[in-house]
Amino acid sequence: MKILIKGGRVIDPSQDLDGAADLLLDGGAIAALGPDAAAAGTADTVIEARGLVVAPGLIDMHVHLREPGREDEETIASGTRAAVAGGFTAVASMPNTEPVTEGEEGVKFVVAKACDAALARVHPIAAVTAGLRGEMLAEIGAAAAAGAVGLSDDGSPIANSGLARRALEYARMLDRPVISHSEDPGLVGRGVMNEGRVSTRLGLRGIPNESEDVAVARDIALARLARARLHVAHISTARSLELVAEAKRLGAAVTCEATPHHFALTDEAVASYGTNTKMKPPLRAEPDVAALRHALRTGQVDAIASDHAPHSQEEKDQEFDVAPFGIIGLETSLGLALTELYHKQVITLVDLVRLMSTNPALILGLRSGTLRPGAPADVTIFDPGRDWTVDPAAFLSISRNTPFSGWQLKGKAVTVIVDGRILLRDGEITV
Amino acid sequence: MKFERSDLLGIEDLTRDEIGAILEATDSFAEISERPIKKVPVLRGLTVVNLFFEPSTRTRTSFELAEKRLSADMVNIAASTSATVKGETLKDTARNIEAMSIDMLVVRHSASGAPRFLAEVLACPVVNAGDGAHEHPTQALLDMYTVRKKVGKLDGLHVGIVGDILHSRVARSNIWGFTKMGARVTVCGPATLIPPGIETLGAAVTTDLDGLIPELDILMLLRIQTERLSQCFFPSLREYAEIFGVDSARMARARKDVIVMHPGPLNRGVEITPDVADGPNSVILEQVKYGVAVRMAVLYLLSGGERTSEDTH
Repeated sequence: MKILIKGGRVIDPSQDLDGAADLLLDGGAIAALGPDAAAAGTADTVIEARGLVVAPGLIDMHVHLREPGREDEETIASGTRAAVAGGFTAVASMPNTEPVTEGEEGVKFVVAKACDAALARVHPIAAVTAGLRGEMLAEIGAAAAAGAVGLSDDGSPIANSGLARRALEYARMLDRPVISHSEDPGLVGRGVMNEGRVSTRLGLRGIPNESEDVAVARDIALARLARARLHVAHISTARSLELVAEAKRLGAAVTCEATPHHFALTDEAVASYGTNTKMKPPLRAEPDVAALRHALRTGQVDAIASDHAPHSQEEKDQEFDVAPFGIIGLETSLGLALTELYHKQVITLVDLVRLMSTNPALILGLRSGTLRPGAPADVTIFDPGRDWTVDPAAFLSISRNTPFSGWQLKGKAVTVIVDGRILLRDGEITV
Repeated sequence: MKFERSDLLGIEDLTRDEIGAILEATDSFAEISERPIKKVPVLRGLTVVNLFFEPSTRTRTSFELAEKRLSADMVNIAASTSATVKGETLKDTARNIEAMSIDMLVVRHSASGAPRFLAEVLACPVVNAGDGAHEHPTQALLDMYTVRKKVGKLDGLHVGIVGDILHSRVARSNIWGFTKMGARVTVCGPATLIPPGIETLGAAVTTDLDGLIPELDILMLLRIQTERLSQCFFPSLREYAEIFGVDSARMARARKDVIVMHPGPLNRGVEITPDVADGPNSVILEQVKYGVAVRMAVLYLLSGGERTSEDTH
């Protein structure tokens, strides 16, 4: 089956491309790109993309799909459906499932489930330590062989620096990045929100910026020692951003990602004790949010990822101290990036595609993230000017835990093609 | 002035006038507690539930007496006897209680924000009887009432709050309250127990108790909980008493008419020595006494404050 995407503004940072062009897909691969694409052969389907942006499929490199274990909150099928609705052709799934996604078996389960669902691609990230307990290495070689694209103990930072070092060294041998949830457990303590003026006023236990700063500093030092690739997940403080920028200047293979909630909200959002403002790392104070936006503007942040973390209504509808950490983001991430970053002149559309497709693919070593002929036929077409209102009741995710309910956003995915199959058309799921 | 609120969740939300209105109303209820028959029919026929998720003797008893003296029907529910230990959520517990047609809920909870959460779920008025490290509004109101009774004013006074400011809802409510009423507040304690940004609530900060004491009109001491020791906030109770405890030697540096307050329960020999707690400057038992009247005033005002107001005069 051949699909011709006509008349769109094609943005592909992997080829330094930004301009009107046609794109021809043939089966599961990109066939041709450019003015001659239309002439390359008769298409079975023609998609009119005038006024729209045609980009390599967006990749959310940090999501929690909750399967196996908490299928009441999300499944691989529901999560990848939400991903498609949000404009993503692929996600990378974190291993803090029950049981933990580790070793060959754990990774194969995720791959098989994703294959059954046949929606957005799922690239599994496997646990670094057995059971995420931070005591000994999981079988990360077997996990990598089974298809794990990265390694992470996300949600359970590795406290033991010696073990973290060994993990990085071992990961280097496997050529996989270690994705670190950089928070110092001792400094986080029993904290539930950012430490500062707001936590003091609300009487909530604080998590200082330094809990992240010292962990990022340690992880960078260990990555340099191990000569390994380190990806800092959900970076949230001004100092952490400086540390990553410095590491890059020194030539270390360090990258980082930012979440929409960390660039769109400050800790003032916690003021009414709404538990959809509770996540780790916590929403930070205004100077850190400004620093994060500045880092996005100047290219010091490599990726935007949602840290999509589904939780049931019952679990979130509790005292702030008791409710679990995390919010969902797959269906709001692109809209927030366009509204808060592109329309507010923080980044260009080229930057946005780089942050949400090109770079995640490079960091995880994926073949996608590009529209070069021969690459997988994964394409996202979005309308940067489309106005819409966030309505959690309309989400395809099983969970509803978002702080963005009722937000007016500008920019939305229109068409999503995965492996040459049109899964979202005119904003509607087709399968 | 008319009191328009349906909940009392914190002093931060109140205006100076609203605090003034509660303190005014307290006067009439304080008088009732002096009568031989200490009962008025102000809340007759109304049901008040005291829902306490944290152990409390003083505050619960004070609310209980206030409710009884207002002729309300009241029920105490302690967390240990409620369904919460069986894994019921706070929301379900509250809805179950409300389904029994209660008219007012008084709640004490270890989680900051829990009373607000309940106020959003429930239609009836909610009174915060202390939530986590957030607020304890009736304590601050009774503290302000006691000071006003003693000194005749709040405006222009210098209040020192000494001890574990980090974990103290009493400190936060009193900072909001006294500063709104025109007093100055300075907090003092070990650096580990001073929360960041506390000055943005309107308080000055010092760790030098001996430097602070001579400047104070009001010296308010907070209870040091022994569990803070195991959490490494300070090395020993002995050292705490040495640096932040108030004894007669420290009192000698204070103004002659300084007022010594403590929300209780006392750790005699830690934050305060017995001779100071029982000495001429202490108003600790008056705080307890006026606590009942303040809570009567709060319950009366939240109940609508009109229907039987003539009964109180």
